[in-house]
Amino acid sequence: MTDLHKAYGPVEAVRGLSFEVGRGEVFGLLGPNGAGKTTTVEILEGYRQRSAGDVRVLGHDPETRDRDLQQRVGIVLQNCGFYPRVTVQEAVEHFAKAYDTPRDADETIALVGLGEKSDARTKDLSGGQRRRLDLALALVGDPELVFLDEPTTGFDPAARRTAWGVVKTLKELGKTVLLTTHYLEEAHELADRVAIVKDGRIVAEGPPDQLGPGSSGYRVSYISAGSRVEHQTDDPTELLHRLTRDAIARGERLEGLEVTRPTLEEVYLQLTTEADSG
Amino acid sequence: MSAVALAWQQFRFERKLFWRNPSAAFFNFLLPLLLLVLIATAFASDGSELDVLIPGVAGMGVLATTFTALAYNLTLLRDEGVLKRIRGTPMPAGAYLAGFIGSATLNAILQVTLVVAIGNLLYGVDWPQNPATLVGFTLLGVICFASLGVAFSHIIPNEEAAPAYTNAVFLPVIFISGVFYSSDDLPTALRGVAEALPLKHLIDGLSEGIVGGGSDIGTAAVVVAAWAAAALFLAVRFFRWE
Repeated sequence: MTDLHKAYGPVEAVRGLSFEVGRGEVFGLLGPNGAGKTTTVEILEGYRQRSAGDVRVLGHDPETRDRDLQQRVGIVLQNCGFYPRVTVQEAVEHFAKAYDTPRDADETIALVGLGEKSDARTKDLSGGQRRRLDLALALVGDPELVFLDEPTTGFDPAARRTAWGVVKTLKELGKTVLLTTHYLEEAHELADRVAIVKDGRIVAEGPPDQLGPGSSGYRVSYISAGSRVEHQTDDPTELLHRLTRDAIARGERLEGLEVTRPTLEEVYLQLTTEADSG
Repeated sequence: MSAVALAWQQFRFERKLFWRNPSAAFFNFLLPLLLLVLIATAFASDGSELDVLIPGVAGMGVLATTFTALAYNLTLLRDEGVLKRIRGTPMPAGAYLAGFIGSATLNAILQVTLVVAIGNLLYGVDWPQNPATLVGFTLLGVICFASLGVAFSHIIPNEEAAPAYTNAVFLPVIFISGVFYSSDDLPTALRGVAEALPLKHLIDGLSEGIVGGGSDIGTAAVVVAAWAAAALFLAVRFFRWE
């Protein structure tokens, strides 16, 4: 996907987004609400037409809504209802019919951990169970590529762990996953690579452990005259050498000296607040 | 699976959903029949009143099972996100809608059949005089009111508003279109409105099919067909999946 733009009237929701997701990779789009994540994913899913840019999904332009592409893609949307008055089993079996090579319905239900609920009506499911049924309906076509738009929003911690387990299973099955989330922990836990999105642009991209804005890869701090002094650097060796040399020359010690890499959370907060002031 | 096979699967699924919804089954099926029996028993002392009532209730049945049911159900499915979910699968849009609308069509045909059967078995009305006319107008009516139902769902803002919107059309239209009494008895202004709308003409056509009498039904067919064409255009042109 290159230089994607999407405008709603005068409002530009996506302003020049580019990224590529490799086969078998779990890619996370991370960002605050309103950053343009859902708009981006819905363009990739074929729900919306882009204003500009080039988009390819499994070699297809999603805008053409090619049936061959839809056979190979599974979609978990935000806030999507079910047919009323059907059971979990019936819903999964019915959706399976649209696919040329579906997974077995029972196996799919078991995969998402709804085995005990397969005879329950969809309206009787809890929030977490409904989300798992969302996942089952997206997986019943045995897709190569799965879109997960905020798959665990509103989950309790236990349900979130279960859902993460399912996503990890998808990865083990060799599926490609594009995930949006505003939970840092989730991106960190699941994604091979993360792009942080803010105001319709990617502000950082990379594996979650290595994400950091270029100018502040490391943080070196110490206490001087009772307060903490902080330096940010890409080259901590040089900086530490200089700081310690000067301190020794003055006959002082650097109290509480620390060298840290920023966590994903710090990078995220820093990037998203920077963009706010800009 | 081919698109035709998928449409058939969807149709069977919709039949299952329909019978699992007792209140919809009641309003679509039993209420018109109940009204028919009550009014026929209470007021229709002679054949001429039954000759108005039977085609009238058959027309109302077509309106309820297609226009009202489709406008209401589509709004609900759209509001709940079910349509959007279906849109994200390889189910062809045409196959889905064919199955969905096909189910409503079967309800309309069942309804007309039941009304005619009750008229004959309970009240001694003759079996349809012109079966071909009856079948033709039933199908034309289904196309017209199913399209109007789909088109009307586009302007219903949400699920909560759906009953109010559909009833705001359904009740006045059955009142002026000669369901329970001949629309010829209405004041001129109201008759003019009824003449412009399709239900009165559908009932005229059904009446010729059931009761006979040799009246000209050419105008009726043209008016219903014109509404059908306009409604079909609007239904397709402004269809929204979400």
